[in-house]
Amino acid sequence: MESMYNIAELSKLGFSKTVAEIFYIVIGLIFIGTGVKALKDKTLKVRGYTAFFWFILAFTFIAGPYLPKFITGICVILIAALTALNKVTQSRSDTPTAEATRASADRLGYKVFIPAVTLAVAAVIIATFWKKLGANNAIGMSAIVALIVAYAITKCHVKYAVVDGERLMDNVGPVGILPQLLAALGALFTAAGVGTVIANGVKAVIPDGSHFIATAVYCISMALFTIIMGNGFAAFSVITIGIGIPFLIMQGANPVVVGALGLTAGYCGTLMTPMAANFNIMPAALLETKNKYSIIKAQMPVALVMLVIHIFLMYFLAF
Amino acid sequence: MEVLKLIGVLIVVVGFILKFDTIAVVVVAGLVTGMVAGLSPMDILTTLGNSFLVNRTATLFVLTLPVIGICERYGLKDKAVDFIRSLKNATTGKVISVYLIIRAAAAAFSLRIGGHPQFVRPLVNPMAQGAAVANYGKVDEKTEDEIKGLSAAAENYGNFFAQNCFMGASGTLLIASTLTDQGYKVDALDVALKSWPIAVIAVIVGIIANAFYDAKLKKRFGNKKQEAK
Repeated sequence: MESMYNIAELSKLGFSKTVAEIFYIVIGLIFIGTGVKALKDKTLKVRGYTAFFWFILAFTFIAGPYLPKFITGICVILIAALTALNKVTQSRSDTPTAEATRASADRLGYKVFIPAVTLAVAAVIIATFWKKLGANNAIGMSAIVALIVAYAITKCHVKYAVVDGERLMDNVGPVGILPQLLAALGALFTAAGVGTVIANGVKAVIPDGSHFIATAVYCISMALFTIIMGNGFAAFSVITIGIGIPFLIMQGANPVVVGALGLTAGYCGTLMTPMAANFNIMPAALLETKNKYSIIKAQMPVALVMLVIHIFLMYFLAF
Repeated sequence: MEVLKLIGVLIVVVGFILKFDTIAVVVVAGLVTGMVAGLSPMDILTTLGNSFLVNRTATLFVLTLPVIGICERYGLKDKAVDFIRSLKNATTGKVISVYLIIRAAAAAFSLRIGGHPQFVRPLVNPMAQGAAVANYGKVDEKTEDEIKGLSAAAENYGNFFAQNCFMGASGTLLIASTLTDQGYKVDALDVALKSWPIAVIAVIVGIIANAFYDAKLKKRFGNKKQEAK
């Protein structure tokens, strides 16, 4: 039974991977905390299931790499079963009152933005200058630096890192692991040869060697798939593997440019679709517009212009 | 029967359209794709488990939540509101454009100031409507609806096109994770840096659209102010 890492050989893992595993353990602990918070909320009917969801997820993050891989596979199916049966919901959080945040805002002023800015800036600096650490670990390191800055500026009790971390994790909810699952789906699609099938179908549309048409087909497909599904992330996995990689990246396009602009090309689709209800339809109801498509109508011209810009920008930056 | 392999794609599309639970849809699509491709149940579980573990990078954003949560507790949103309120004598388009800039900057720094309920409804839309009334007297229902649409749109432009400028954003991590898994050496820093041009362009395009709208309002109501006086 093959596992990702062998416990006996942990010492040979290397610096960057060891740090990464430590950060995954921290993420696992945040999941556990979110589960425990659910257990404590006696008003929550499904608290047992909700806690179970977060505990399984924590288990995969912390112990998954050292156990046979199929165990994590089973955990993923369990997670999906729990969310499919609607057994995972938010529990009560220690949410600050409007008066309290107002009072703090008046006391701290615009300084309250400093920790958040630190988070972004420190990540870039650490990733640029501490190459041995690895860019992904830089995110975790910057979180530590920003947390210290936050403590210094707000002078809050240490516990709030935990309280507020769990509160936001619960706000985000199970959907937070969707990017990870979609990336994993992409891997399964590739193993099964899905990309090749799509590529063979698309080949008919793209004349040999036309980088520009290939770019246009990729960007427009991203937007169209997002319009149909209402979700740019899901479109990204499918379209990048089926079109982006074979027709752009394998033809010499810069993978970073293709990926970065591919996802935002999908967002042009998000702006045009009622399927993305939480961005386009619910807010219209909230604003009490006479026409429920008022937001989509306002966004349509900008979305189309942005899509055209994406095609040209990707073409010029990637090749 | 090569085409049969596309069943996973079909499951994702139909599942998302019918608004089934997204996580379950994705997992089912993966399992079915594996079966159709002739993998054994054990192979499917192993591939699924392996790719889930390898792609844990896509969930690294969780590490940033404690800091952002503390900033919220200490009045981050209140200060953003203060700043927008301080705009005076602006036109409708300018109010919305300033919000677009703020929203994009916030997204690039991973601040969750946004949201239609928290900013657009209580703040941006009333200020944008107020600016139209101040400049042209009463505006009609159609104009009101247009301004509401533009206010909500600014929230979406800023949020969508600027969020990947942050290394720890889930979109950035999805891109890096997917491409790495496919054998390309791509990290979150590369993706974040390459996301800046489109973020800046989106803000500029949005500002131009808002400026056009100001001009449209002027053409539509241009003379009314004199009448009111």
